[in-house]
Amino acid sequence: MISPGAQRPTQRQLTVSQWLGQNLFATWSNTLLTLVCLAGLGLVGGMICRWLLLYADLAVISTNLRLFWVGRYPLAQTWRLWGILTIASGTLAISWTLLVSLQRRTLMAWIALGLVNGAFSLAGGLTWGIISGLCLWIVGGLSLGQFLRHRHPTLPWLWLLPVQWVLALVTTLWLLGGGWGLTPVSTAFWNGLLLTVLLAVISIGLSFPLGILLALGRRSSLPVIRGLCVIYIEGMRGLPLIGVLFMAQVMVPLVLPPSMQLDQVLRGIIGLTLFSAAYLAENVRGGLQSIPPGQTEAAQALGLSAPLVLGLIVLPQALRAVIPALVGQFIGLFKDTSLLAIVGLVELTRMGRSILAQPQFQGRYLEVYLFTGLIYWICCYGLSMGSRRIEAILKVGQR
Amino acid sequence: MNHLSAESTPPSPLILAEEVHKWFGDFHALRGINLTVYPQEVIVLMGPSGSGKSTFIRTLNGLETHQSGRIVIDNLELSRDSAALDVIRQEVGMVFQQFNLFPHLTVLQNITLAPVWVRKWSRSQAQAVALQLLERVGILEQAHKYPTQLSGGQQQRVAIARALAMQPKIMLFDEPTSALDPEMIQEVLEVMLTLAAEGMTMVVVTHEVEFARSVAHRILFMDQGQVVETAPPEQFFTQPQTPRSRQFLAKILSRSQLRLTP
Ligand SMILES: Nc1ncnc2c1ncn2[C@@H]1O[C@H](COP(=O)(O)OP(=O)(O)OP(=O)(O)O)[C@@H](O)[C@H]1O
Ligand SMILES: [Mg+2]
Repeated sequence: MISPGAQRPTQRQLTVSQWLGQNLFATWSNTLLTLVCLAGLGLVGGMICRWLLLYADLAVISTNLRLFWVGRYPLAQTWRLWGILTIASGTLAISWTLLVSLQRRTLMAWIALGLVNGAFSLAGGLTWGIISGLCLWIVGGLSLGQFLRHRHPTLPWLWLLPVQWVLALVTTLWLLGGGWGLTPVSTAFWNGLLLTVLLAVISIGLSFPLGILLALGRRSSLPVIRGLCVIYIEGMRGLPLIGVLFMAQVMVPLVLPPSMQLDQVLRGIIGLTLFSAAYLAENVRGGLQSIPPGQTEAAQALGLSAPLVLGLIVLPQALRAVIPALVGQFIGLFKDTSLLAIVGLVELTRMGRSILAQPQFQGRYLEVYLFTGLIYWICCYGLSMGSRRIEAILKVGQR
Repeated sequence: MNHLSAESTPPSPLILAEEVHKWFGDFHALRGINLTVYPQEVIVLMGPSGSGKSTFIRTLNGLETHQSGRIVIDNLELSRDSAALDVIRQEVGMVFQQFNLFPHLTVLQNITLAPVWVRKWSRSQAQAVALQLLERVGILEQAHKYPTQLSGGQQQRVAIARALAMQPKIMLFDEPTSALDPEMIQEVLEVMLTLAAEGMTMVVVTHEVEFARSVAHRILFMDQGQVVETAPPEQFFTQPQTPRSRQFLAKILSRSQLRLTP
């Protein structure tokens, strides 16, 4: 019990030198370690700066930006890609506010970004103008999400999100591939970062529910279902991903009738999904096991049916408990899409290699690989940051 | 053995257990338990650790399945048939030793969950009832907190409110105060005393002698999976009939004596 007179100690604001003293130079060994690290950082940083200033030729990046982003997608159809970006950013913005609640800081950042890009566009450049518009669109999406949440706080927004995402995805695929009034664009022209993100998002979206089902199956009381799930999970986990991807490319066509051949991109997605689901299942199972049996019993005693016990009590807690592991899995999957370069999909990594084949940029490995690496890193770091925010929000009330 | 006093034509029993047997593998945990509980009766189960009290009380709402014998709750036989089980669980509330509140839901959500999803009440109706219940158990101001933010006694009172929200005909309590610090036991017992006074039919596993004395109609003393002795509290606590119950009482009476001295 806190006595009425007791006061919470106020958070002390440290000055920079105090912080340095406490964190970096507290003891001799600490100081030594700090100095060694600083020296190492300086060395590497210096080398990179030297290389950037003296040797790097960033023209290989700037002239090929479009190839990195979207590859050989027909120039005349570029508006469709902007459409996709509009849909995707709007969906993300609304989801973000619905899940995480909006901070004024975030809103201001997007408005600022929009204004800066707007200024660029005045100097000439349609692209800057479009990006500026996108930023303001995101501001709109964020505000709409906030408005909806405050206006109707009781509606089950969390359950509407998957619907919104599926709609966005279907529209995206239609815009990308054409048909129904749009010029068809073969998947051979879906390249670069566009393909990487598409592969990752769809594989994550499919492997997540599949992984949950496998985890539940593995805990089922029916021996047949349990056995099948164990065989599948352990089988998959014993194979290298690249092997699974090759099999998906080679075996799927053998199994299916020739009239029904699957697209190469689709086969890639199948391979990634089947592989990732096995690992996800194990993570989810860990979460399920961490829920004490008393939770299920209490829910049953209240008269909740088995699906309700699972959906309202067990799964929400189990998934929350393993968010970090799940996000780790998703980040891994995002990077694993690069293996599809080997089976012939021109995603980001493979795009980099074909840019290197351009005669005027021969030997510019470092520029291209560093740039590709930077893109992967930004995407993965974004995922990781977003998940940490969501985790912090969901942590309330956890034991 | 008819311990019911004033009733000349007793109404049909709410709980009827006949020759209930239960095995855990080879271990014979319940060896032919008989129990009849009429509306508004309060039954207290006592017995040494491992005697099967929890196992028996959990068979009454199907958390454990019995292998032979018959259990009838409010004229519905408890069997493997899940439709009957669903109905029975709606009529039987249960309070656990470890509270078992749902940590990812607020107090209010914990209480409204089952009425909304099982009884199909509207959210506003369920909330109104929940707030009333919270007021009754004395923690209205905690409605929007999460369970981990409450003390043990408060959590257990939420658990009682959660069970009551389904408006059950029977309440089962499995050692509701055993996990609580001594200073919190009283607040939970008071809620249970009120409930008994209002005529709730209750089966309570507890070693709280004072509680048993003041509200129990009958005490069942269990040992090694059997009911060794059934008696009204005054008789059970003053003239226990079997050596096992005498030994047991000596133990718990000295313990509660210890607790009462400051
Ligand atoms: N799931 C189970 N599997 C195997 N044996 C069990 C199981 N549950 C209980 N038992 C056994 O059944 C016997 C009765 O257990 P029960 O929990 O009903 O006792 P209890 O009277 O409630 O004891 P306590 O006062 O310690 O709670 C014990 O010997 C216990 O070991
Ligand atoms: Mg017990």
